[in-house]
Amino acid sequence: MPILTVDMQAGTLTAWRKRAGDAIKRGEIIAEVETDKGLIDVEVFTTGVIESILVQAGETVPTGTVLAIIREEAGAPVSVTPSTPVQPVPVTPPTARPAPAPPRLVAEVTGRVRISPLAKKVAAELGVDPASVRGTGPGGAVTREDIERAAATRPQAPARPAEAPDRQARMRQLIGAAMARSKREIPHYYLGTTIDMSQAMTWLTEENLKRPVPERLLAGVLLIKATALALREVPELNAVWRGTEAAPSPAIHIGVAISLRGGGLVAPALHDADRRSLGDLMTGLRDLVRRARSGGLRSSELSDPTITVTSLGEQGVETVFGIIYPPQVAIVGFGKVVERPWVVEGRIEARPVLAATLSADHRVSDGHRGGLFLAAVDRLLQEPERL
Amino acid sequence: MAGAGPAAPLPPVPLPVNREHALELLHQMVLIRRFEEKSAELYTLGKIRGFLHLYIGEEAVAVGSMQALSADDSIVATYREHGQALARGIPAGSLMAEMYGKANGCSRGRGGSMHFFDVARRFYGGHAIVGGGLPVAVGLALADRMQGRPNVTACFFGDGAVAEGEFHESLNLAALWRLPVLFLCENNLYAMGTALERHQAQPDLRLKAQGYAVPSEAVDGMDVLAVEDATRRAAAAVRRGDGPFLLELRTYRFRAHSMADPELYRAKEEIERWKSRDPIGLFTARLRSQQLVDDTDLGAIEARVATQVDEAVRFAEGGGWEPIEDLTRDVYTPVQP
Amino acid sequence: MIKMSYREAVRSALREALRSDPRVFLMGEDVGRYGGCFKVSHGLLEEFGPERVRDTPLSESTFLGAGIGAALGGMRPIVEIMTVNFSLLAMDQIVNNAATLRHMSGGQLSVPLVVRMATGGGRQVAAQHSHSLEGWYAHIPGIKVVVPATPADARGLLLAALREPDPVFVFEHSALYGVDGEVDEAAAPEEIGRAAVRRVGDAVSLITYGGCVGKALQAADQLATEGIAAEVLDLRSLRPLDTSAILASVAKTHRAVIVDEGWRTCSLAAEVSAQIMEGAFYSLDAPVGRVCSAEVPMPYARHMEDAALPQVAGIIGAVRETLGSHG
Repeated sequence: MPILTVDMQAGTLTAWRKRAGDAIKRGEIIAEVETDKGLIDVEVFTTGVIESILVQAGETVPTGTVLAIIREEAGAPVSVTPSTPVQPVPVTPPTARPAPAPPRLVAEVTGRVRISPLAKKVAAELGVDPASVRGTGPGGAVTREDIERAAATRPQAPARPAEAPDRQARMRQLIGAAMARSKREIPHYYLGTTIDMSQAMTWLTEENLKRPVPERLLAGVLLIKATALALREVPELNAVWRGTEAAPSPAIHIGVAISLRGGGLVAPALHDADRRSLGDLMTGLRDLVRRARSGGLRSSELSDPTITVTSLGEQGVETVFGIIYPPQVAIVGFGKVVERPWVVEGRIEARPVLAATLSADHRVSDGHRGGLFLAAVDRLLQEPERL
Repeated sequence: MAGAGPAAPLPPVPLPVNREHALELLHQMVLIRRFEEKSAELYTLGKIRGFLHLYIGEEAVAVGSMQALSADDSIVATYREHGQALARGIPAGSLMAEMYGKANGCSRGRGGSMHFFDVARRFYGGHAIVGGGLPVAVGLALADRMQGRPNVTACFFGDGAVAEGEFHESLNLAALWRLPVLFLCENNLYAMGTALERHQAQPDLRLKAQGYAVPSEAVDGMDVLAVEDATRRAAAAVRRGDGPFLLELRTYRFRAHSMADPELYRAKEEIERWKSRDPIGLFTARLRSQQLVDDTDLGAIEARVATQVDEAVRFAEGGGWEPIEDLTRDVYTPVQP
Repeated sequence: MIKMSYREAVRSALREALRSDPRVFLMGEDVGRYGGCFKVSHGLLEEFGPERVRDTPLSESTFLGAGIGAALGGMRPIVEIMTVNFSLLAMDQIVNNAATLRHMSGGQLSVPLVVRMATGGGRQVAAQHSHSLEGWYAHIPGIKVVVPATPADARGLLLAALREPDPVFVFEHSALYGVDGEVDEAAAPEEIGRAAVRRVGDAVSLITYGGCVGKALQAADQLATEGIAAEVLDLRSLRPLDTSAILASVAKTHRAVIVDEGWRTCSLAAEVSAQIMEGAFYSLDAPVGRVCSAEVPMPYARHMEDAALPQVAGIIGAVRETLGSHG
């Protein structure tokens, strides 16, 4: 089917002027085709005999479809014709240079934060200092989301009772917005496993007997340390999402979810959790909880975590599937340690067990890797003395 | 006029042409014919895109008139300019490559079928706006006049352009300033799909020149020798400094306006009648009757043309595409620092 | 330095060009015997003769096209179209030939053509004679557009245009012809594509061109008495636009008001506003304002015409709006 008009993509062969077996000469009209411009005659460019007709009158076919086979006469002038009719598109040209970027101001007048007007407005409403916020917008500009995220993870100063409901409401709103966005944008997958905590709990009891009361360890730090060490084995869960891909974080800062009186949640960082002793982690955790509840957290502590651990064991929850805090790419959940029947060498025993879960960003990791992570946590908790 | 058909066959007068020149004229006309036929084929294969306006049937006009022009004369033509371009000597490969859109095309692939340019041969396009080339031709002639150069600017346009204001303005200005413009109206009786008597209250186009005190003549555009003769005389007058001249070349296109045209506006019988006066056929018959050419000559011409067309296609097929990085090149002239 | 009027400055440049380059010639309606509709070419026919100063018939399309052809043929024509209003008749030659011949020919041709046109309203000559269509021309790749606002620039930009290998369109606001200014007749041609700061300020950038520069300066004077230091940037060239000058001014002032005699919708002011948004978004303290002509064909009655055109009061109002509670 020849291309007969400017944008022709297909044509209807309305009538054949010749039949199979007919001799045809170059320039003769061989068929009629209906196009969007009307009926157009189709001429033939070779001399010979029609061997077979492949498309019948009345059929509509795309341009380039073979309509008939012509056996060219030996000795008939054969013109050089490119072999295949193609929709000519230049062979993949090198990627076009993008349109020159509009000129941008290179240097800002000093003292001016690079922040969008909308973000500035929201910052004023929420009382966030734009200078303290890390911007994720174009050229590092501070965006509305940056402000909201900073506000959501910022502790509320103890509010006067009259004000408290408003602030709480606002914070709920911001957390809600951040969580909604997380759910909207991050393809979460969820894995869960049950870990036999008998070794860990036994060891913890013995260890705490050796410690003065103020220095006693909570089970939580075991979980945090195990998580941190397991992340060394599966580092892609310890990454930062940068808009189109994740960048691995060099350090492991565990964000510990701490609930606040009156509602709300913060998850400040325990820095370098993989490299600290359990005692040190415990001290750090105590300090974070105290300052979280008194409003003394630093903004860097709120923006530094590379992964979050949430533990709702104290509330009696057995399994928790968390929502990832962007720009993190995973969140680990631990439930309550409970006594459950456990199979040991073919017999049923009561063992203290714990449900550990992983909610992870499927753009960055898959179930296989997630599974390896949980398996590592389990394995590490079986040798608590080495944490 | 359109329905009336072609003028009566010419009386058999001895031809004032020598064999060598005759063969040259014939060769050029056959080259245009076969080049255009090949272009049509390539269009249906999708190698040539956009608009394609074939010159088939009008070969005598381009070939005959080009004989009167020197290398220093300028030419402005329309979007149906393949004939003029070939007759002017622009290599067929360069034209074919241009229609392919390749970088080795005469306009580097930027123009396509309607915008052939070759400055070295003083071929100033290739204009797609009907009537748009006439003012430019007037200006080229003005430049020659003002710089004392004895050149002629040949301006080809169709009967459709006669309706545009620019035709009237250009004839007037050229006459007023006595500019060396040779206005060549290729009257093929149709402005796209509108027959002459449906777009011109006065269809005898050469008479329009009288309104501007410009001398004019009507010529049988199917007779290459008549075209050559008339153009030589007109060009001589223009070159002499008499001012512009209008030649109305009465011709006919055997194919549709463009490849996309189903030709609802004219009868097949009319086309057949005009085909009986095919300029190549007419000239060949006359040369034969005077024993100026024989079958061997004709065979040799066809063979040579076939090779030329094949080479042109090969040249086009072998050309490369301009890199997209060069997209905004040649919008402005680079200025040497 | 001599004090001369805008029209005298243009004439001085024309004379200098006609004297120094035999390829230069002037053609247009009534440029010869009449001395030019705005008296710009007064005396030139007598000095240079009818070959160099050519009166044309009323055939805008053809004589502008002839200018293109003459430029192709080695001349340096200056085509005068009486006003931008009549240039509409020549739009095909401008857009389809002057702007495109270089590109369509694959770089073989250059069209060194200069076209001068009077532009603008404010003389009660009604709808068909009062257009400001510079914005339309600035839209077209392949040509350049300059808009001198002072006698010095009228001379300097015209001489610069004559050195360009590509078509340059020079818009002379009809209200400026009688305005006086200092001109150095020995000065080198100006550079096309460079804006000029006419008044330094730090509170707001008044970005404007042509006939509105004077109004912007007046507005700035008045604002200064209230302690508002407005910067006035005279664009001088609409294609190419001096984007870096625009951005530098806005970086300093953080506010911009564009004053443009074209109609507001799809105006040149809209282009400048978009460029400011693209390049100086984070410097802005307020949205960019525009003071343009009202969306109406130019009315005849004086008070209506005044209401339709940008005025000093309107510019001041726009500045106050952009300053908000600070103003």
